[in-house]
Amino acid sequence: MSDDAKNPKPENPVSQNLMPLWEVFIRPRTGLAHSHVGSVHASDEVMAVQAARDVYTRRGEGVSIWVVPSASITASDPDQRDENFEPTASKIYRHPSFYDIPDDVGHM
Amino acid sequence: MTGRDDLTDDPAVDLADDLLALLLRIGDDHLILGHRLSEWCGHAPMLEEDLALPNMALDLIGTARMCYGYAAEIEGGGRSEDDYAFLRDGTDFRHMLMAERPNGDFAHTMLRQFLFAAWMHPLWDGLTGAPDARLADHAGKAVKEMAYHIRHSGEWVIRLGDGTTESAHRMRAALDDLVPYIGEMFESDDTAARLVAAGLLPDPTTVRAAFDSTVARTFTMAQLPPLEISTGISGGRAGRHGEVLGHLLVEMQFMQRAYPGLTW
Repeated sequence: MSDDAKNPKPENPVSQNLMPLWEVFIRPRTGLAHSHVGSVHASDEVMAVQAARDVYTRRGEGVSIWVVPSASITASDPDQRDENFEPTASKIYRHPSFYDIPDDVGHM
Repeated sequence: MTGRDDLTDDPAVDLADDLLALLLRIGDDHLILGHRLSEWCGHAPMLEEDLALPNMALDLIGTARMCYGYAAEIEGGGRSEDDYAFLRDGTDFRHMLMAERPNGDFAHTMLRQFLFAAWMHPLWDGLTGAPDARLADHAGKAVKEMAYHIRHSGEWVIRLGDGTTESAHRMRAALDDLVPYIGEMFESDDTAARLVAAGLLPDPTTVRAAFDSTVARTFTMAQLPPLEISTGISGGRAGRHGEVLGHLLVEMQFMQRAYPGLTW
């Protein structure tokens, strides 16, 4: 059965999209939110969690993992960046930095 | 043998010999299989597995280090864990033959890992309450590592066994290759029987039942036939190994053989 004609080398599963991309979110420790750390290729959600565990938690980085199909994420349009985000630059009064904090409160 | 009289009738000394034998069996299983897994580093079919395989290898080598360190203390002859790993010859190794089998393809490696972890998990589970603090403490850690190895390799066995025509063919071929080496896991001898009696090994029927159940569950989902374990090929526990071990040791032991005493 080693005949290459009988068993042609399969297409690369990544390029066939049998191994879609998943975005990985890790919660560093109890009480903090899951943060995006990167992505993995995997055939399905079970394998994606395992791949995320093996790639992103090797040094004790997390206590919980989320994976989301990258295709499910709707992102803002880079071409709309200026109209989305630039108007806030001139509205510094939205930052809570104009209050006098009493000494007794200490560092906030 | 250094540091004690081998002719004594003291049962505590016999048990120490048995414990030493056990540590070398388990230690060698883990070191040799760990080395095999490490051979995938840089060669795995995808980046995710290129990290997963060395992760598992390091779990196994960690257990080998515990075993050799403890064995050195029992032996009391001044050997270190490195002496056991790098300065013994093939006939001194006591691992079962499955551990030294070449990696083959990815399906072969994953099935071998699944079978090994399905066996070691109940073994460690039974040792978590062993009347030996060192062994019991390590068992608590190793049982979690083996649970993950079962899950990781088992999910691959399912996906390859129940995957494409090509992957199913490869998983069947891996099973045919590995079946003859499974029987050695469940062989017993006087040493093992005394260890069971002393609580330093779990009851073999318990281990076998857990192994059978883990394998049956995964094999069903993987569309693999029910596992039938025959007498098969053995001899590893007596130091009778295949030619492949020599090649493995040449690579694994090269640095200490070429530069004795070399440290990082």
